This record gives sequence, C-alpha cells and structure tokens, in this order.
Amino acid sequence: MRPHADEWEDEGFFPNTVFTRMAELGYLGLKYPEEYGGQGGDYLHDAVLVEEMAGCGSGGVAAGVGAHIGIATPPVWKFGTDEQKERFLAPAIRGEKIAALGITEPDAGSDVAGIKTSATRVDGGYVVNGSKTFITNGVRADFVVTAVKTTQEGGHRGLSFLIVEKEMDGFSVSKKLDKMGWRASDTGELAFQDMFVPDENLLGEENKGFYLIMANFQWERLLMALGSTGSMFNLLDTAIQYAKERSAFGRPIGNFQAIRHKIAEMAVRAEAGRAITYNALRLFAEGHDAIKQVTMAKLQTQRDAFRQADDTIQIMGGAGYMKEYGVERAARDLRLGPIGGGTDEIMKEILGRQLGL
Amino acid sequence: MSTVLKPDFGSKSHHFIFTEEHEQLRESIRNFARKELAPHAEEWEETTFPDWVFRRMGELGFLGLTYPEEYGGQGGDYFSGLVLGEELGESHSGGLCMGVAVHTDMANPPILQFGTEEQKQRYLVPAIKGEKIACLGITEPDAGSDVAGIKTRAVRDGDGWVINGSKTYITNGHRADYIVLVTKTDPDAGYDGFTLFIVDMDLPGVIREKKLEKLGMHASDTALLAFQDVRVTDEAVLGEVGKGFYHIMWELQGERLIGAAGCVSGAQRAFDMTLKYANERKAFGREIGHFQVIRHKFADMATKIEAARQLVYTTAWRFANGEYPVREISMAKLYASRIAVEVADECIQIHGGAGYMREYGIERVWRDMRLNRIGAGTDEIMLDVIGRSYGL
Repeated sequence: MRPHADEWEDEGFFPNTVFTRMAELGYLGLKYPEEYGGQGGDYLHDAVLVEEMAGCGSGGVAAGVGAHIGIATPPVWKFGTDEQKERFLAPAIRGEKIAALGITEPDAGSDVAGIKTSATRVDGGYVVNGSKTFITNGVRADFVVTAVKTTQEGGHRGLSFLIVEKEMDGFSVSKKLDKMGWRASDTGELAFQDMFVPDENLLGEENKGFYLIMANFQWERLLMALGSTGSMFNLLDTAIQYAKERSAFGRPIGNFQAIRHKIAEMAVRAEAGRAITYNALRLFAEGHDAIKQVTMAKLQTQRDAFRQADDTIQIMGGAGYMKEYGVERAARDLRLGPIGGGTDEIMKEILGRQLGL
Repeated sequence: MSTVLKPDFGSKSHHFIFTEEHEQLRESIRNFARKELAPHAEEWEETTFPDWVFRRMGELGFLGLTYPEEYGGQGGDYFSGLVLGEELGESHSGGLCMGVAVHTDMANPPILQFGTEEQKQRYLVPAIKGEKIACLGITEPDAGSDVAGIKTRAVRDGDGWVINGSKTYITNGHRADYIVLVTKTDPDAGYDGFTLFIVDMDLPGVIREKKLEKLGMHASDTALLAFQDVRVTDEAVLGEVGKGFYHIMWELQGERLIGAAGCVSGAQRAFDMTLKYANERKAFGREIGHFQVIRHKFADMATKIEAARQLVYTTAWRFANGEYPVREISMAKLYASRIAVEVADECIQIHGGAGYMREYGIERVWRDMRLNRIGAGTDEIMLDVIGRSYGL
C-alpha cells in the first residue's frame, strides 16, 4: 500500500481492490468464524492488523479498512441472523461487499439520542427518511449499518438498526465531503427519501439499537487507540532519524538538548499509549467490562498521537511543513482522533460519570 | 459617576497606539478584504492567489503604507503596517496574507533601509505600485534556522559577481520579479562574510525549480530556486558587502513582529467564527456554548488572545519609538504563534466533525497558522534568542 499512498491521497480515494486484495490475504476476516470465510482468530489478530496498518502511510486507507472490519461488520456478526451473516458478513469478508456504519447526522453527533432519521412501520418492513453525515466509506459502501429512530418517544430507547443497501430506491449519496485529513478515504453524506427497507434487514431487536451502539463503541475506540499507538511509534522513528541526519549550527540537531528532550518525551508518550491500550485490550478480549479502561485509552492516545505528529513537524521545521515528507499528513490524519469515535469531551463525560460525578 | 459600575463588555475603544486615522484605514482594508478577496479565498486555495491582488492593493495604496511619499508610499507610521497585518486576515486566506507580507514587510524594507537611490527607484517604486513583486531568499536546503550555514556563494569576477547555490521555501518565488538574496561572499569571515543582492528573476541562470506543496498556506506559492552562474553587477549589491548577516537580522525583527500581529488577528477570527457556532449548535438539549466545558474553553482562548495582543502592541510601540527590543519581539513572536495554533485547534474541537471538514474553514486556520511556529525563526530559535538575552 505504501507505494500508492501519495497517489490515493491526491485522488481522495483508494481503489476497492485494496479490499479484494486484503480479503485474498485473509485480513478482512481475522476475527470472524471460519463458517463465514473468516480465519477463526480473535480480537488480538485484528489488533495486530490495525497497529500494522499505521505503516501504510495513509490514515484514510487505514480508516476505510478500519470502518469495514472494525465498526460496520462487527454488529452483523454479533447481532445478525444466520441469513444476514450469509448475505452481508460473508461477502464482506471476501471483499466483495464494502460496509459502512451510519450513526452521525447533521444535527446529532456526540448526542446519539438526538438522531432524527425515522423508520416508520409499514407492511413487510419500514419506510426510512432522514440523512447521515461523516460516513466513512459512505460513497463506495454496498451496505450501511444504519441507526434509525423506530419510535418517537424515549430518546435513545427508540433506536434500531437497519442494514441499508445502496440499490434501494430512495438511497442516495448527497455529497462526498472534503476533509482536513484522511483524504484517501471517502466520507459521505447520505440521504434517505421514502426508502423501503424490508423486515429481514432489521439488525438485532427493534428499539434495542442503543445497546448495539454501546457495544460497538468499545471495539471502535480500542481500534483507534491501537492505530494511534502504531502511528506514535512510527513518528518517533521518523523524528529520531531526521534528528540524527539533519545538521545545524555545526552538529546533528538531535545533539541539542531541546530536541533530545523533545524526543525523550515522544518516546514516553508512545510507550505510555501502548501500555494503557494493551491493558484495555487485554480486559476487553478476556470479556471483562472494560468501559473505563477503553475510554481512558482512547482519550489518552488520540490527543497524544496528534501531539506526536505536531512535535515531529516542529523537529523537522520547514521540511515538516512540506507535503513531501508525509509528516504533515500524519498530523492532519491524526487530528480526527480527538473527534471521531466520540470526542475527547464525550470521553471525559463517560469517565466523570464512571467516577460517580 | 454612577455608584454602581457595571462591566462594559461591548466597549469599542481602541488601543492607545491607534489613532482615528488608523481606525479609518482599518475599516477600508477590512472592506477591501471582505469584498474583493474573501469571495475568492476557496478558489485560491487550489490555484494560489493571482498577481492582480498586488496591483489592486498598489492602486489602493496598501502596499506602501509605511514607505515615504517620495517613493509612492503613504508615509504612515509603523502602526499603519500593523493595521494591514491585522486586517488582511479578513480575506480568510493565510496564504495571501503571507504573500503580501513577504512583499511589504520582508523583502522590501531592506531596500528602503540599505538600498541606493537608484535601487529604490528601480525596485521600491514599482513594488509599492504592485507592478513588481518581491521575494526574499534566506533558507536553503541545508540551512534554515542556522542562517550562518548558508552556502549560496557570490564570487567576485571582474567588475561584477557570479552567484551559485539554491534557496528553498521561498514565498512568492514563482511569481516574483526580483529576489533579495542572502549570499556568502567570504567563507572565512564568519558573520562578516555575508552580502545581500537584489537579483532580477529573469536573469540567465535563475531557475524556478518546483512548486512546493505544503500543510497549509495553499494560496501562496512556495518555490525551490536554483542559481547557476548568475552574473550580476556591483549595482545589485544591497547595503554593504560583508554586512549581509546583520542586515537580514534587522529585517527579521520587523518580519517577526508583523507575523505576530497576523497570528493574533487569525486567532481572533477563528474565535469569532467558533463563538457563533457554539451559540447555534445544539447537543443534549442546549446550545453547546452553554456547557461549562465549552464556556471555559472560550474563556481560556480569549485570555490567551488578549495577552498576545497586548504583548504585540506594547512591543510594536517600543519598536516604533526607535527601540530595538529583540528580546520582546522574540517573545511576542513565540507566544502569538503558539496561542494562534492552540486556539485554532481548540476551535476545530468545538466544531467537532464539522471542524474537520474543509467546508467550515476552521481546519484551514490551523493548517495556515501552524507555519508560524516554524517560519521566520522556529519556536526553538525564539527560545534560544530569549534565553541567551539573559546571558545564558
């Protein structure tokens, strides 16, 4: 992937062959059962994949693949019927169908209970109206695991999930969004107009969608923490190498105390991020309630990874500001971390409540 | 006087360094930037801003605010240049602000200060009209912060000079008609071995190599330049032979202070845009600005911006009064650059997903502002200057 990263960034899209190639290699089904074409592994296998994807050089590619394996297909695996798994999970593992997750709306981001997209009961299914935004893979996705409101009352208690397919009448991609980073990934704004979705596409129980979201968030946040940890180590390597090679005032800049100490802090940051993330991952993978640890890992690593990139830019000076070295891209890509998958502010809210406040 | 004093948050009184005349100038630059520049800002991110911006600003007198009337300038004081640095930000194009600032506050001041009458007529007069565009060549591939490490050589040859070397990260490098170039003329003389030249960019041997792509400042053009056996006469020497290092250190002080003023106004603009957003965007049943966490973010940002503004104004006042406050200029540059980046980042955070999208223009403020912690002397160089000023 690395040799193509620049080109894909410029085009604002990476080709679907990335999915088919990864499927060939078995990477899209690492944690999924063999009966659906998966490798029969566990969460740790996915963790390895996500850490190593940081080396592809494009946060957008990592995000597109991450959305497919990490947030859009797990609910089908966890909550889907056998028939849904055959129709959606198996082709997703084969790289034949690409998945997206649709939760955020123009008026409801952090505030999930504010979701307005409605699904009204009709004979044999639902009629869906509304819109979704900031949807990773939104432009290319064959199916979107979509949060809808199935009753008007009760805030988050009226949420359900429907698997929306791109051929459905009334489904459209209203916009491809232009972003600060993650530029190789396609981010869509989706519109649903009187779109009929049959009963067999209801995922999990009606009105129990909030639990699906909450279950999914833990893994999504862990994946983000793992990806950021991988990036922090990559950036550390880049900074060290540059500091050894670049000379100013008669010596390699790494021999100046200010730079040496900056790099020492970067090393601690990466190591701390890995420790807090691995601890949360271990608890999660063993099946414990790890909400507090996962939330802390997400909060800690997202901000730190962006700082790591920012410090690397600073160490590289003018070169860091130029596109050629790829570090400015890392900063732009990593800036999404403190926003996506629940903002830092939401993480702090969750932690505050966990602490009984 | 009333016995009950209420806080007056809406007070409009301006800082004492600015007169009524400055405020009128502010108004007219702001109107110009909003009406004639801002509508194109998005487009110029893709194409870089067009040269007519210089001609138009020349017509309006904005390129010569602080230059003497005899060269077509407005004869204004230092603060009028500060007003330009602050208000041009209304164009919403950091790259444009930088391209113009390189012309008005970096490349041309040394010509006014050290140039011969003939050089002033030949370069300064058309520059103030916006007919010629200037760039400044200091940084090289192997010499950024370490100005003394510059390798571009100018060698005596008959009654002229031959220049060889390369310069990088040169703002306006592709569009410029001339460059104020820092060269080494005597490799054995240390700081006394540098000389400035004014080099016409259409001379044989001047090669505009590539357009550099950057994190931000996309509306400005940034060049890698090569000089291969470029022959110039003695008339191209700017200032004294051997005094180039000191000339450029003087130039950097003005550049840093104007840069700091641009940072303050950029931060203020992002703050204003975000305040509007926080008053409109609702989550969990109320405007997000009414959550304590968000309110405190605004309080923090406002305090930082105000502190930076006062630091810039006070330092500008000393500079305008003939002092040479290098330590305080470095402090203002360091502090204003840092807080501008912090404020821009916090504004992205308050906007959430919308802040990450290009449409809202907030992520661009961060990308543009981020340069200020590197350009015109990095944070680390500022810290070094300040630290050493105490004898350390």
